[in-house]
Amino acid sequence: MGAFIVRRLLNYAVLVFIATSLAYLGAATAFHPKDMYLHKNPPAPAVVMYRELDERDSNPDKPVFERYAHWVDGVAHGDFGKTWDLDSVSKHFSISVWVTVRLVSVAAVLSAVLGVLIGSFQAVRQYKVSDHSITFASYVIFAMPVFVLAPFLKLIAVQVNKAVGGDTPLLQYQGEIDPNATGFFGQLFSRADHLLLPTISLSLGLIAFYSRYQRGTMLDVMGSDFLRTARAKGLRKGRAILKHGVRTAVIPVMTLVTYSTITTFAGAIITERVFGWNGLGSWFTDATNHADVNSVAMITLFSAVLVLIAGMLSDVITAVLDPRVRL
Amino acid sequence: MTIQLIDDGHTPETVGGGPVASTAAGRARLVWRRFRRNKLAVAGLAGLVLLFLFAFFGPSLTHWKAGDNDFLNTQTGPGSDHFFGTDDAGHDMFAQTVSGMRKSLNIGLLVAALSTGAAGILGTAAAYFGGWWDKVIVWLTDLFLVVPSLLMLIILSPYFQGANWIVLIPMIALFNWMITSRVVRGMTLTVREREFVRAARYMGVPAWTIIRRHILPNISSILIVDYTLNVGAAIVTESFLSFLGFGIRTPDVSLGTVINDGSTFAGTDQWYLFAFPASFLVLIILCVNFIGDGLRDALDPNSTGVSAR
Repeated sequence: MGAFIVRRLLNYAVLVFIATSLAYLGAATAFHPKDMYLHKNPPAPAVVMYRELDERDSNPDKPVFERYAHWVDGVAHGDFGKTWDLDSVSKHFSISVWVTVRLVSVAAVLSAVLGVLIGSFQAVRQYKVSDHSITFASYVIFAMPVFVLAPFLKLIAVQVNKAVGGDTPLLQYQGEIDPNATGFFGQLFSRADHLLLPTISLSLGLIAFYSRYQRGTMLDVMGSDFLRTARAKGLRKGRAILKHGVRTAVIPVMTLVTYSTITTFAGAIITERVFGWNGLGSWFTDATNHADVNSVAMITLFSAVLVLIAGMLSDVITAVLDPRVRL
Repeated sequence: MTIQLIDDGHTPETVGGGPVASTAAGRARLVWRRFRRNKLAVAGLAGLVLLFLFAFFGPSLTHWKAGDNDFLNTQTGPGSDHFFGTDDAGHDMFAQTVSGMRKSLNIGLLVAALSTGAAGILGTAAAYFGGWWDKVIVWLTDLFLVVPSLLMLIILSPYFQGANWIVLIPMIALFNWMITSRVVRGMTLTVREREFVRAARYMGVPAWTIIRRHILPNISSILIVDYTLNVGAAIVTESFLSFLGFGIRTPDVSLGTVINDGSTFAGTDQWYLFAFPASFLVLIILCVNFIGDGLRDALDPNSTGVSAR
């Protein structure tokens, strides 16, 4: 098992390196970093422009591979370069990544739990009205991409606020916390309030996805002998289903959950932008608009590493949970 | 030609010997009959046809064009002149939505054709030739799966900034073929060992002819289903990019740009400027997904619909 994991890890490391290099080279050739200085009013003097471009290692007059080699050398020494406003990329990253973590973690746990529960419920009551209506609802959710869902939630929030009235709006949809919130509970409430809509926006799709999968695996389990044995032993139906049915059916879904949770970290771009959270996603689009190669490469590296961790993790989880799998 | 035995139970007339031509026609009819049994799928097909008709004949319902500005009537509500109202620049939202739909549908159909085609060729080649072909293609597939495709599309967006919007089609397809290709490879691996393929190989039939004549027909079900679902996925990807300002740009419009334009009004009293284009996008994806699932059930009765990726 050890040798297998090491070999796998090595292969993954090569893939991450190539993926990040592709992102760097793609960005370095596609972006026009001079535009930002030339379009300033008044335009920045050439000396200043070239000094700053050199400091960012983004001088387009230098050959791409020279810049790339310099960047790789820096990364090997833990230096990820400068952002477009000459800030340190690592510093910016260490702030942004926590914003995204605060945004995603609640949604990740919530969607996994709800998805599994709803899917199991559907399987137990297969072809009942509840099953059909949940299936239809998940079809509608699948057809709603985040860039439709997030503004739609905003629309609802505004209408709800209008209906409720009052001085401060009930549902918040901009930023992480109200700067005027005071006291521990006041701040906690403000945070939760601001988290509500983005969490719905992130988790609805995941819930629909997990529940559909869980419904399928659960249906396979429902007719199985061991579940009948559990009932024959005298376990009540609900307990048998929960202890023996759901627990077995959740194994394949768990790998899916690991994967989706981890990829959500990089995929929260739209939610972050619509609800004004300055996490990795907002940073990525800002960096692209400012022709900032270093930031873009950093975020791509992070998300490639996450995908690989997800891959490794789901392999290991399957091996641990499923006795038929030998590594 | 192979006759796939379909273990359906309800339709005894399905398994027929007979000449090759009639079995092919018989299979098409069988699939169509199964498809028709799924009410949602039929509704999806009817809906998609209507949406297509709307997208292509809608422009003749109004005298406004997508690029027109009606400066006398900015931010008006839905009415007899502007069916869906106008935004702050006086753009007629009806004209914008209709022409955005047309562009999005075109992009979806073309991207799906390109990516499913590429996936079919690469997946079958990897499995059929094996050896180095297989190693290289599998490695490429893994690489493209690791590269975060949406981020990569955003990074490369300056390349197609000034270019024709057609460039967007191969770009999206480039990051959309991997999963289908994996499935195709897996299916080809089993078909490759079947007797009729071996027989053809020993008779000296060229490899690509075997792939075209014996392997592709046997995996056509997955290709058809994936094509349908890829249309929806491609429309979403394109709209995602355009929504963020990295895809289709003015003066061109797509559903993504129109939704982005409208979404600034989602929190105001002019929320219908967002609701109209957004609901058309949702309707398109919904219909495409219904058709895709219906086709899957009709083509492969053993699938439970769970492995819906």
